[in-house]
Amino acid sequence: MTLDSYWAYWWKYFAGIIAPSIGATLRMLSASMLLAFVMGFVLACLLVLYGPQGLRPNKRRYGIIDFLVNSVRSFPIIILIVAISPVTRMIVGTSIGEKAAVFPLTLSATPFVARIIENSLKAVDRQLIEAARSFGASDFQIIVKVMAKESVPMIIAGMTLSTITFLSATTMAGAVGAGGLGAVALNYGYQSFNNTVLYTSVFILFIMVLLIQWIGDWLYKRMV
Amino acid sequence: MITAKGVTKAFNNKPVLKGLDIHIERGAIYGLAGRSGVGKSTLLRCINGLEGYDTGSLVVDGIDVRSLRGREMMAFRKRIGMVFQQFSLLERLSVYDNVALPLRCWKYKSSFIDKRVKELLEIVEIPEKMRQKPRELSGGQKQRVAIARALAMEPHILLCDEATSALDPKTAKSIIELLKGINRQMGITIVFVTHQMSVIQGLCNQIAILENGRIAVSGTVNDVFRQQHGALRNLIGEEGDEATEDGAFNAIDLDLPRASAGRLAAEMAIALGCDVTIRGGDSAVSGDDPRLLQIIVPEERLDDVRSYLFAYGMQRDCGNGSRDTFWEDVSSVGREGNGGWKSRQSDASQ
Repeated sequence: MTLDSYWAYWWKYFAGIIAPSIGATLRMLSASMLLAFVMGFVLACLLVLYGPQGLRPNKRRYGIIDFLVNSVRSFPIIILIVAISPVTRMIVGTSIGEKAAVFPLTLSATPFVARIIENSLKAVDRQLIEAARSFGASDFQIIVKVMAKESVPMIIAGMTLSTITFLSATTMAGAVGAGGLGAVALNYGYQSFNNTVLYTSVFILFIMVLLIQWIGDWLYKRMV
Repeated sequence: MITAKGVTKAFNNKPVLKGLDIHIERGAIYGLAGRSGVGKSTLLRCINGLEGYDTGSLVVDGIDVRSLRGREMMAFRKRIGMVFQQFSLLERLSVYDNVALPLRCWKYKSSFIDKRVKELLEIVEIPEKMRQKPRELSGGQKQRVAIARALAMEPHILLCDEATSALDPKTAKSIIELLKGINRQMGITIVFVTHQMSVIQGLCNQIAILENGRIAVSGTVNDVFRQQHGALRNLIGEEGDEATEDGAFNAIDLDLPRASAGRLAAEMAIALGCDVTIRGGDSAVSGDDPRLLQIIVPEERLDDVRSYLFAYGMQRDCGNGSRDTFWEDVSSVGREGNGGWKSRQSDASQ
């Protein structure tokens, strides 16, 4: 094959299949991470509030939340997607495609993000919490105005890590009908014996990881 | 204003406070001293409810601390400021935002917050640092920010938990002067936990020494130092001064003006080759020129010190046990006209 004909061949697959799947991957990733952050933050606040060294220790409440978080985290993403496909079908209307993938991805990411945020909040110096208590701040104000504010850099670092981890998860979700770069790499690349498509998809994923890490590092430096 | 009766507190069944009684008057600068782990900080934290206590009663401004819950406790803490050893500032916020934090938590208007923060930064003498972050400040400046934050809600009481222990002596002195000024101008009661004798003498007008979970001795600083209670000697021993044994003191009382005592101590230290420390001088009793002072010397040099003082014409009265008071004899050959002292070198040259 000449260079020109290879270029035309490559462009055909890139423009037709690979490029649209980049958008699908980004949409799945951003939707699931945004939802996971919101719900994970709430869970993290509850864990920090009711934990053994928490603001209002409560063994029973902490035990329930802790158990739920650990249970969901123990499921590999591919198993979780197929295991909850009836629930996905009920909520989203289908278990195939981008929209359907967001539900299990969010469910898997939420406890992961919750643990990361919980650890970031717990890393805040306890004396700061004491100081806030000493001038009459409420538990909610301590979490939001003191703990969350002080742990922003750690939360950013944790979310960068989570986003890269779940980029891999969206890729794996492509193996079970989710769409996106993972589906393209597996279906049109690996299973079609088309190395051009396979390695192009892998290279794009590599670039995406570098970009996410770069953005995370930039935000971290700004917030420190 | 703060009265504790029979307060006990245990951590994991290990008693820390064992029936503590204390009374702190409004407007006092009250020092709580004692060895590490004796319960000073625990008592301080019981005063503003950060720590509960097991039995007894602790009444602050007529309010029983143990009766407070939830929002009542938050409102109670509004009236008590607290300063910590390690400053406890939010590193990601500017000085302005750190000082404004309590006011924002209590939902004051931004215009009021702005005015109040600027006022507080003037009081602690660092208005130019307003936009800087804590990591750009020195230890002393950080503690000033912490003091400004503690004063934000116009407290009646300021609790200081080893507030100068992390600072060098010169910076600590400036913080002490600041706190004295705050007490004088605003009438705020200050309760200061420390193990540093220099802080007690430089700042406090009243002191209590804790030992074995109780108050071993309390009173004015001068009275407590004069009594030379065992608890005080144990504490001084912890600071590196020579420990005393079988009731022999390493302190001598001097009855002469502070300026003369300073010069005498310096000359004695040079002549005898030992450390001489001056303590005491309660200006509330003696006015601006305190006369009744103490000098602390290594125990094995006490006889040399007495000989030196005799040589310079001082007379001696024996007090309790082996306690001496030396006073100046106006007919002494060693005395110069204005109460100064000749050095041995100047004597030798004549």
